[in-house]
Amino acid sequence: MSFEPKIVAFLCNWCSYAGADLAGVSRTKCSPNVMSIRLMCSGGLEPAFVLKAFKEGADGVLVCGCNLGDCHYIDGNYKTLMRMTLLKKLVKQLGIEDERVRLQWVCASCAEDFVQAVNTITNDVKALGPYRQTKINAEAEASRI
Amino acid sequence: MDDNIKIGVYVCHCGHNIASTVDVEEVAQQARMLGNVGVSRDYVYMCSSKGQNLIKQDIMQLGINRVVVAACSPRLYEQTFQNVLRESGLNPYLLQIANVREQCAWVHEPGLQATEKANRLVHGAIRRVSHHSPVEEQSVPVFPATLIIGGGIAGIQAALEIANSQHVVYLVEREPSIGGHMAQFDKTFPTLDCSACILTPKMNEVSRNPYIRLMTYSEVVDVSGYVGNFAVKVKRKARYIDEDKCVGCGICQEKCPWSTASEFDAGLGLRKAVYTPFPQAIPNIPVIDRERCVYFLKGKCRACEKVCEAQAVNFEQEDMYIDLHVGSIIVATGYDVFDPTPIVQYGYGRLPNVFTSLEFERLCSPSGPTGGQLKLVSGRTPASVAIIHCVGSRDQNYNAYCSRVCCMHSLKYSHLFKEKTGGEVYQLYIDMRCAGKAYEEFYERVQGEHVHFIRGKLASIAASVTDAEEDNLILTCEDTLLGNMINISVDMVVLCVALEPRHDAEQLSHILRLGRSHDGFFLERHPKLDPVATMSEGIFVVGCCQGPKDIPDTVAQASAASARALAMISKGKMEMGAITASVDEGVCSGCKVCNALCPYGAIFFDETSHVSRVNQVLCKGCNVCGAACPSGAISTRNFSAIQILAEIEGVLA
Repeated sequence: MSFEPKIVAFLCNWCSYAGADLAGVSRTKCSPNVMSIRLMCSGGLEPAFVLKAFKEGADGVLVCGCNLGDCHYIDGNYKTLMRMTLLKKLVKQLGIEDERVRLQWVCASCAEDFVQAVNTITNDVKALGPYRQTKINAEAEASRI
Repeated sequence: MDDNIKIGVYVCHCGHNIASTVDVEEVAQQARMLGNVGVSRDYVYMCSSKGQNLIKQDIMQLGINRVVVAACSPRLYEQTFQNVLRESGLNPYLLQIANVREQCAWVHEPGLQATEKANRLVHGAIRRVSHHSPVEEQSVPVFPATLIIGGGIAGIQAALEIANSQHVVYLVEREPSIGGHMAQFDKTFPTLDCSACILTPKMNEVSRNPYIRLMTYSEVVDVSGYVGNFAVKVKRKARYIDEDKCVGCGICQEKCPWSTASEFDAGLGLRKAVYTPFPQAIPNIPVIDRERCVYFLKGKCRACEKVCEAQAVNFEQEDMYIDLHVGSIIVATGYDVFDPTPIVQYGYGRLPNVFTSLEFERLCSPSGPTGGQLKLVSGRTPASVAIIHCVGSRDQNYNAYCSRVCCMHSLKYSHLFKEKTGGEVYQLYIDMRCAGKAYEEFYERVQGEHVHFIRGKLASIAASVTDAEEDNLILTCEDTLLGNMINISVDMVVLCVALEPRHDAEQLSHILRLGRSHDGFFLERHPKLDPVATMSEGIFVVGCCQGPKDIPDTVAQASAASARALAMISKGKMEMGAITASVDEGVCSGCKVCNALCPYGAIFFDETSHVSRVNQVLCKGCNVCGAACPSGAISTRNFSAIQILAEIEGVLA
């Protein structure tokens, strides 16, 4: 059987989650490998959530927020942008290929963007193969996650 | 895990919507085997009263104390199911929705994979709900006064609505008079009634109404506090005219020897250094323009002081700052018009007789610089005009949006031009957008007045070189219906310029903590279902500061906002969102990282106990602070790290 990756998506409540809902309402098909978790704002994403997902066996993580300038909390997604830049460096140091972590802006009417992000990360992670836990286990043992 | 937790899982078929893709019985069966799950059922329509009763019965009879509903998006029915819990005596926040319709059944093909994903989503919800705890909703008292920023038709309408129900309104306008853009217009479409005739009675009503505190030549400089209790600082710029003494005789304006371009006449006419913008100004009290008054520039003149019998001129006046206490704020700051100078091929500012729409309004107006006579710069009456649509609108280089009013006012211009000169009118349009009551009929009427409608975008305007005295303009444009390029020779061009956000909208968005959309207009709470409120509780947006709109829509939105403000006042209190952050003071190290991050200024540092605290009324629950806290001391109710981490475990288990 072919490798079916497990991918966790963190969606902000206002734009991305609504965009993902719209993909459903318009019956656009996408790969079933991505499980969404709703946050109020992408800026509320604790970096630990991403590491936790890898620790629990995820093969990839997708983070979605409102388009820059459209954040319902004024500028929360700018904080996401900065944190994701750092986080990508961090996961690399932990031995996780940084292609496994993606940031995509999805507006409330951008179902296509969401579907495309889901399909792209699924295909890319399939190509990368399963994530094999390396350093993160040791790191995780020592920390609260 | 806590043995007292007893979770009820309810998997909805949604008719065939979910059940045709996901094996709902299997999902319910799988859930039944998980820890702390007391009961797991599937039912054809969970949101029906029968479905709701299933949950109620289980809560009452089986002692279920946490609920997971696997159904449609929480954005649809979360509140419905929260009410079920509330009615059954459970705290409504002991619920978690697994979205197996929009984000599973509807986006996947029927089969094992869809069912497996549904299982994972339900598993995540079950793990998460185990960590839910009751959340109490809170309310704050509402101070029964309202601040309105901007005294155009939007602000005037809102002020009158509220004041007529005998509640205090502070109407703050930065110009010397209220009236806004509407006061500059000649006629209004599609009825062609005179703008001043319908506006000035309303302006007078504002000045007479005892519940309206009118502050013109004033600006809001600071807003703090929160819904129900805003503290507002207003800067009253020095008028150099004592408002209590001035009788509005106008002699100072008559005698002032210094003139400058009149903003009210869009720069086409002149005004004095001491001036009221227009004769019907409310209040009818002039201001002395510091930038233009020769006494301020060179220390000599004071002519106005000498002629003022009421001795109202006071050059010693200073700016004053006034503190207001209000319960809600209505933002009605209007729009700026697009400056077409950057579109060099249209020659605005370079070629004579190329006007903007606002300038054309002033040329048509009987109170305008030409007394309502349409005249070219040379003084001749124009024999033809080209009216250019979408200048700076529907243009990726400037503003992508449609400004909504231009098609209609260009039809009005066609009619006025025909009426005043009998000349030829060319309309260069992209699409005619005449949606509104009696708008299409007006379009038909103008079509019947022998106006040339040319579908195409203007390429360029050039001055005629052959006949210099005849101040002709040569237009080159594509006629997309004929499919070829055409040249038109006209005397006058009117550029229907875009409506843009105010140049200082960003500054105000910081003062009020308002969001702005892509195009720079203030962001409403919901584009369809709540186009009046904003994400800042107690602050409403009306008129063109929220997006381009015509007068009827502006007035409707203004009335809607005042109804919302009045509803808050009559209720006397305001329910707040329950999803807010809080600081575990035992864990907080007092590093203040969160203080500056909060977009609403809701976090403050308590100097005595050396910890940060969250103002529960200001907090909107975005968890930006929680994500940044290096000590993990901040958590957001119903979106805490423990809950999210549990959900991650669940979906990946």
